[in-house]
Amino acid sequence: MARYVLIESRDPFESNDVRYFYELAASLARAENDVTLFLVQNGVLAARAGEQAPSFAELGQAGVRVLADDFSLRERGITATRLSDGVKASGVEAIVDRLGTGAHALWH
Amino acid sequence: MADSDTPATITFVLNDPPYENARSTTAFRLIDTAIRRGFNVNVFAYEGAVALPFARQAPHANAVHGRDVASEDHPNTKDWIAALLAEAAERQVKLDWVNCGLCVDERGVAEAIPGTRRGSPADLAKFSEASRSTLVIPTR
Amino acid sequence: MAENILSIVESAYRATLEEQDDPIVWLAHALRASGAATHLLLRGNAVNYGVRDQDASGLRFGARAQTQPPRIDRDLLALIDKGGEVFYIRDDASIRGIRPDEVIPGLKPVKTTDLPALFRRFDRVWHW
Repeated sequence: MARYVLIESRDPFESNDVRYFYELAASLARAENDVTLFLVQNGVLAARAGEQAPSFAELGQAGVRVLADDFSLRERGITATRLSDGVKASGVEAIVDRLGTGAHALWH
Repeated sequence: MADSDTPATITFVLNDPPYENARSTTAFRLIDTAIRRGFNVNVFAYEGAVALPFARQAPHANAVHGRDVASEDHPNTKDWIAALLAEAAERQVKLDWVNCGLCVDERGVAEAIPGTRRGSPADLAKFSEASRSTLVIPTR
Repeated sequence: MAENILSIVESAYRATLEEQDDPIVWLAHALRASGAATHLLLRGNAVNYGVRDQDASGLRFGARAQTQPPRIDRDLLALIDKGGEVFYIRDDASIRGIRPDEVIPGLKPVKTTDLPALFRRFDRVWHW
């Protein structure tokens, strides 16, 4: 089992390509890896609950841990009560600590 | 978190020039967090990122907001990097910032702040081998 | 022992005329010269790097002509000659209308669903 942290900096409303990255996270998790999807910068715009929001709960069911950068959320006025199911706010230490344990880190 | 007796090392590869994208600031946040959590940090600055520590950056006033240079208090990216270098020294971990030399030459930004150094892809190869992990922050 | 590094390239033709190279393909060669075992995965627009007979020649501004235009297809072939593997996402090529016979020899098509297994083969996976 390997550890992965996938860092998504774009939102799916801006770029169709973000879907590839979410699916890669799910695919790696289904292959029994430890996978964290970390939303940062405009990537957190996907974390605001809404009708068009991606289903992060489904990613969670696939085994992906979904985190959203607390600074990026605050910068965009997205409070904890407005987060989609399946997303938790986190600091970037979640990325750094995983790098420190040898996780593969992929930035999109 | 790193063991304080034998700090582990993390490498970051940066590609973006200053003032064009949020990625530079996020990179600084990651480097800062890694230093504060006791990791040794390598930075390989590639392509436009070699301009991040360019010594000739200068702050400016902000007439739109009615602020002079002093009150605008605008850190250039070189100032952020100098602060990160100082913080690493204070915490007794290493921050080794290497600018890819050919990228420096073609952009004419050889004057970099003290504490950074000129290097080559050979440095990145060594960094990667010596690190627990390497995060590439790509440009677009 | 040399690190096995897979670099995923998706941004294509970004600075290739100014640099006369793709910066990441170039870096793969430079790292190989420093002892790393570098390999590439092309996805998104970068699958077009595998198309044969690309020609970026002829750029001229005033009296200054570009004499060494990028030849990225040749750079990929050279990496393969040095022992590197170059993969590409088959679906990304087909939706862009790239036929298999238009692709340089030696490139290895993979599916996105193959990526977890592919990643397991490498010490480092870098996403550019």
